[in-house]
Amino acid sequence: MPSEVLVKPILRRRPPQVEHNYLNASRGMASWLLTKDHKRIAILYLIPITAMFFIGALYMALVRIHLMTPTGLLLSPDAYNKSFTAHGVIMVFFFLVPVVPAVLGNFCLPLMIGAKDLAFPRLNLLSWYLYMFGAIWAMTAILAGGVDTGWTFYTPYSSQSSHYNVALTMVGVVIAGFSSLATGLNFIATIHWLRAPGMSWFRLPMFVWTLYATSFIFLLAVPVLAIALILVIVERVFGIGIYDPALGGDPLLFQHLFWFYSHPAVYIMILPGMGIVSEVIPCFARRELFGYKFVAFASFGIAWLSFFVWAHHMFVAGISAYSALVFSALSFMVAIPSAIKVFNWTATLYKGSITFEAPMLFCLGFVALFTFGGMTGLFLATLGVDMHVHDTYFVVAHFHFIMVGGMVIAYMGGLHYWWPKMTGRMYSQWWSKLAALIIFIGFFLTFLPQFVLGYNGMPRRYHHYAPEFQAWNVLSTAGSSILGVGYLLPLFYLPYSLRHGPRAGSNPWRATGLEWQTPSPPPRDNFEVTPIVVRGPYQYPQGKAQHEP
Amino acid sequence: MLAELIFWTPGASTTAQQVDWLLLFLVLVCGSVGLLVAVLLFYFCIRYRRGRVPKELPPTKKPLLLEWGWTLAPLGPFAVMYVWGAHVYLTAYTPPPDATPTYVVAKQWMWKFQHPEGQREINTLHVPVGQPVKLLIISEDVIHSFFVPAFRIHMDALPGRYTSVWFQATQEGTYHLFCSQYCGTDHAGMTGQVIAMKPADYQKWLNFESDGSLALRGRQVFLKYRCLSCHSTNAHARAPVLEGLFGKSVPLKDGRVVKADDGYIRRSILKPSDQIVAGFDDVMPPFEGQITEEEIIAASAYIQSLEPGGTPSRVEDYPPPTKTPAIKSEDIDHAK
Repeated sequence: MPSEVLVKPILRRRPPQVEHNYLNASRGMASWLLTKDHKRIAILYLIPITAMFFIGALYMALVRIHLMTPTGLLLSPDAYNKSFTAHGVIMVFFFLVPVVPAVLGNFCLPLMIGAKDLAFPRLNLLSWYLYMFGAIWAMTAILAGGVDTGWTFYTPYSSQSSHYNVALTMVGVVIAGFSSLATGLNFIATIHWLRAPGMSWFRLPMFVWTLYATSFIFLLAVPVLAIALILVIVERVFGIGIYDPALGGDPLLFQHLFWFYSHPAVYIMILPGMGIVSEVIPCFARRELFGYKFVAFASFGIAWLSFFVWAHHMFVAGISAYSALVFSALSFMVAIPSAIKVFNWTATLYKGSITFEAPMLFCLGFVALFTFGGMTGLFLATLGVDMHVHDTYFVVAHFHFIMVGGMVIAYMGGLHYWWPKMTGRMYSQWWSKLAALIIFIGFFLTFLPQFVLGYNGMPRRYHHYAPEFQAWNVLSTAGSSILGVGYLLPLFYLPYSLRHGPRAGSNPWRATGLEWQTPSPPPRDNFEVTPIVVRGPYQYPQGKAQHEP
Repeated sequence: MLAELIFWTPGASTTAQQVDWLLLFLVLVCGSVGLLVAVLLFYFCIRYRRGRVPKELPPTKKPLLLEWGWTLAPLGPFAVMYVWGAHVYLTAYTPPPDATPTYVVAKQWMWKFQHPEGQREINTLHVPVGQPVKLLIISEDVIHSFFVPAFRIHMDALPGRYTSVWFQATQEGTYHLFCSQYCGTDHAGMTGQVIAMKPADYQKWLNFESDGSLALRGRQVFLKYRCLSCHSTNAHARAPVLEGLFGKSVPLKDGRVVKADDGYIRRSILKPSDQIVAGFDDVMPPFEGQITEEEIIAASAYIQSLEPGGTPSRVEDYPPPTKTPAIKSEDIDHAK
């Protein structure tokens, strides 16, 4: 029983009265805002990123309520357009892209490789300030007048006829992008330089591998996004023709540049999520991760291929048929490393000794939803299907399966997995399992109907729609309200655990990673003695010992 | 009944049937693999839950064969999906040679159609059943997308460039037309209908209140913009004769050879300096900002219709004034 697991360490070890850890190492506002401790910076990220998530969700709540009737319930066309744009911009650039690297990555990476901190602690703090600056900047533009271009900012609409705070929002996005870029650089340097003695490349936990792959994408792709968006600003402000054909530009150039960033960005979002799942499943199955090297190289396969599939967003945008053929083939290729991962996670369960605490429930949910989402990606890579479902709700459903069903659920799994390490407290098992279940069910109800809507031809970003689409829209809205409840629950039981939760002990899940061998919460310098690593990351006891609680 | 609930947009074009078969194939293949993963997940979770000690417990092996097996196995079905999908796609974007072009001009937030026979319509497109219809699509402002779910086709309307798609309706009926590329405030209102009719009814509709063919309207454009001053059959003409030009290869001054299609004609009207025909000088003024997309389309249709000897002579249409018009007394009264 899980409760026994949690209680035993407490009984064995009397809780010390004053425990020195990173939370109580120093006091006062300044000690937080000027901290160079990666763990504190992770907490600094956690708060605004969570806020951004709920703001983004709120915008979508407006949209989903609005779409319950064919004529629309709540919003004027402009307000509707601004709402889905705000939802997309906030969720993609200020939640999904940074959340796992900046919160969980920041907190865990040094702990997992046995380092005292990231390679460049000051740069890490600077990343946080850049993120905050970018987020506040973009939110100001969104709240002050709104942006109505969609998160994709397609030209020439964004550079020519839409009249709101487009340029300002783009500046915010670019600034936040550089925050991610600095984090990526920091991670790469840390993984190269600061591994504990004995922590060879193939003893790295999979979460570290995926952060490593993600960091390369940050480094290579963010500058292109910056270029694409800055050129829009140049066109809007100085009237220099880059994308607008009336000024001699090419409207498709923007799509090429934008997706050259934004498709790899999809993998920025999903790869660390895959890393989390690769940590959690072995831990709760008491099994070594199946096919470690295959999973590690698959991460790099995904990162590498992700740069060569961007034009699959443009199959019906008037690109040449031959380039469509090439990009379709490459898009199928990127599905292979993803499939490798799914098969290996499933195989890890084989002959395990599985328990179902909240992190495991989230991660099993991830495998199911990611597999479903990934499969529908094959439909979109198939040219003959994409030419029908392009820009319909089918696409919306597909990428929400990956982004929400995959990424958000993996993040929830990771947050629940490392929460006792971050805070030293254990949350309610009952409530957290309930939340996992509600999110899973709510998610399916929200997005499954959208596949049906899409194949029957409902285009995305429609303020009002033909009456025959209503039933499935109502179902989707009903599902989203369940999903909303699921998201709100952790907002109560997680903070509640800070004060009232039982002390978690250093290793509540009996996991093998280095981060679990230091007290919870960890001391300021992570480890009292630099650990020496003598085995791989998932050496769970085999045989009979595996089944002992 | 259940099928109606989840799949209510019938395929009404030759392409639609192909897309639906392809979809069915994908659903079956992906569905069975997905089901396999789901069943294994469930089975493992129940079979190997804590407390159930299996009989033998070997240490984790590293079965390379299994790894490479499931790494390479997807390649087979992927290849089938890819080739089949590519075939459907290439078919949908390669019009049969006998397809009649219908011109589509998109703007915020309406669709304008011009049939070669002369009918013009807004937000409604009439098409004949059983005959291929090729669309040449262009936008006047931002990017739009022409989407008819029942035909399972999609094509973006780009500003500054023609794109093309074709379809052949298989059933009579009225179908949704949507703009599927977000284009601003009234994006959701940029909808219309496609009415597929029996060929005989379609012919009747074409003849009804027709004000002359598109080419005839193009002739008026040709004269209105004084194209004839240079593009004449006059021996000293400063510009090439346009008779029989359409579809030919044109050698340019800079050595390139381009095909004279709608896109070439459009560019040559708007920015003539970019493509000077070999043997001529850069004397034509750019018409960018002077002429509408619809006029360009009409002019292009006219040029397509021009057969040898078809260029009007200048005298015929605009006879020069021979004397000062006499002022009639009532005009003077009217002016008072």
